[in-house]
Amino acid sequence: MILQATVALPVLVAALLAATGRRLPRPAVDVTALATAAAVTALTALTLARAPHRPQVTWLGGWGPGTGVGIPLAADPLAAALACVAAALTLAALAFSWRYFTEIQAVFHALILLFLASMCAFVYTGDLFDAFVFFELMSVVAFALTGYRSEEPATVHGALNFGIVQSLGAYLTLAGIALVYGRTGQLGLAAIGRHLTGTGAHGRPGALITAAFVLICTGYLVKAAAVPFHFWLADAHAVAPTPVCVLFSGVMVELGVYGVARTYWAVFPGLVPLRAVAVLGAAAAILGAVMCVLQHHVKRLLAYSTISHAGLLLVGVAAGTPAALSGTAYYLAGHAGVKGALFLAAGALLNRYQTVDARDLRGRGRVMPVTGAVVLIGALCLAGLPPSGLFAGHSVTEHAVLERGWWWFTPLSIAAGAVTAGAVLRVWLVVWRGMPLRRDPGETGPPEAGAQEGEHEGPETPGILASLPWVMVAPAVALLAAGLAVGLLPGGPVADAAALFADRDAYAALVLDGHLTRPHAPPAEPWTPAGLAGSAVTLLLAVAVAAAGVRRAARTRPAAPAARAPLARAVGAATRRLHELHSGHVGDYAAWLTAGVAVLALLTTRF
Amino acid sequence: MSTVPYLTAGWIMLAGLYGIVTTRDLVHAVVCLSVTQSGTYVLLLAIGYRSGATAPVFSDRPPPPAGGPVTDPVVQAMTLTDIVVGATVTALLLALSVQVAKRRGTLDPGALRPLEP
Repeated sequence: MILQATVALPVLVAALLAATGRRLPRPAVDVTALATAAAVTALTALTLARAPHRPQVTWLGGWGPGTGVGIPLAADPLAAALACVAAALTLAALAFSWRYFTEIQAVFHALILLFLASMCAFVYTGDLFDAFVFFELMSVVAFALTGYRSEEPATVHGALNFGIVQSLGAYLTLAGIALVYGRTGQLGLAAIGRHLTGTGAHGRPGALITAAFVLICTGYLVKAAAVPFHFWLADAHAVAPTPVCVLFSGVMVELGVYGVARTYWAVFPGLVPLRAVAVLGAAAAILGAVMCVLQHHVKRLLAYSTISHAGLLLVGVAAGTPAALSGTAYYLAGHAGVKGALFLAAGALLNRYQTVDARDLRGRGRVMPVTGAVVLIGALCLAGLPPSGLFAGHSVTEHAVLERGWWWFTPLSIAAGAVTAGAVLRVWLVVWRGMPLRRDPGETGPPEAGAQEGEHEGPETPGILASLPWVMVAPAVALLAAGLAVGLLPGGPVADAAALFADRDAYAALVLDGHLTRPHAPPAEPWTPAGLAGSAVTLLLAVAVAAAGVRRAARTRPAAPAARAPLARAVGAATRRLHELHSGHVGDYAAWLTAGVAVLALLTTRF
Repeated sequence: MSTVPYLTAGWIMLAGLYGIVTTRDLVHAVVCLSVTQSGTYVLLLAIGYRSGATAPVFSDRPPPPAGGPVTDPVVQAMTLTDIVVGATVTALLLALSVQVAKRRGTLDPGALRPLEP
């Protein structure tokens, strides 16, 4: 009953709010939405507490496993934890919106609650087609939320790009689901897994299974923003209302990673290689970090850092071992808290100064000390400050993938962490430690043409609040504290949960037979010397990146382009090329998506 | 079972994709997205097809073992759900296109200012 209630309650309240919201006073709408989110958080926490001890499985409508067409909702410990993260982030985002928006319609709250319901349902569902439906519901609500302030041209443009690219991916996923159904005659993940177990014994799984895996993964990888499917993400994050960005970056993108992991381990383990996912994830980690450090628009900067971190999550999943998966789980939970807090801090800046361009905000953060502390600690957490979840995740994943011989993971993870953290740290140095801008006539803007655009955000909140109310500060502080505390979770249960997740037979037994397997995996151990050393190196590099960024910005403008060193010219040209690639043209994005599917297929095929 | 329906499905999806890649108009892009989705309808229905089978309606005759083969009702249910999803997505994206036209005065994605600053 708990699982159905988790999904049904927010949908019902959303429908009520959408119907009656116009006549309700604003506080009533806020309280209703907050209470619902709190109730869902409590329900998911209850599920999480029960999941390791009793099987949490429901067959909807009384159509049990024997009927062949029943749809199960199942919560293994890892899925339950992810749903709990989604609910907690929603609660924080709603609390922040209370004072953040001076004028907002109840339909916003209704959309957020629908978003929460579809995320929980996507996590719990044990049926491929059901997963597609909730995936699409989640996406459609996300498009509507992105384009919520539809009076802004950039907003609708970003939402439209997001919508078209994401829907294309989802239709390819559906085609893959159809292929799997054609082969097995089943839609339940566990049932398909059991059906295909026999296929694995014969060695080659056949082109149809490979094609199905590639197509299903495409939609999820679009959501997870793997390169070259990532283009929509920065466009959508830069224009979506800030509380919505918390949900997008903190958990929606990660649900794409979850989709890949769940589909692989329940259906395809041993049948297809995951190296394609590792390659696209590593590419995302690098490109996201590079694009991140090139940004001044704080929300866009955080969006690119999400691409980078989601890439690392994909690499952790693609390692294909339960130990790496437990590291990925730490990383995901830590990232959700920290990134949520950073977006809320960016929202506080936007609320106060109507801009999130770090160059305009130079030195103006001094009056917001708590927000400054959140940004500083958040940046250090991105670099793996112990005991944050990102530190634990890096440490555990690194140990696990080194056993597989993936020596390149350590430099990749350290570089991605250092560059993204350095970019955020630079923002902190400029906004909270920099001297307020003197307005010289020659200093009005950066030399690159067109850089002035997007400087002035449309006001999400027409009235500027005199000081930040505690309901806007507290969610950020709470999320940051949670992200920091994740690394302190005991390694034993996390490793057990990952082992249960990464076992096709255990999942099938849980869903189809209602039998909970109790794995005895070696506990994940974050506090290793190698992990601490990696964290120290990342932190040092992050400080160096930030210092270099500030110095470069502070240096007087080069006299003439011709006087620049050849290296600087080459870097400038490369930077311009990268910016041009992210053109905002939906046709380009679709072309890149097609190319990505081809790369995915080539790397997944066993020759 | 012929491969023609599967090839058709693939062709329709590729045609829609080609339309989006080369689009000069956002409404055209949204319609091409629907075309891509139509490919999935054809694919789903092709998978459920059995030659010589009738529709899975049992009001006037007994179920399969006695009443002859029927096509797979599960994929038909999936197709219906898919159509509902498609209608939602298309409606929302067209509404956003209308907003783009209102605010920017153009529907050509090439003429829109890039979002990357």
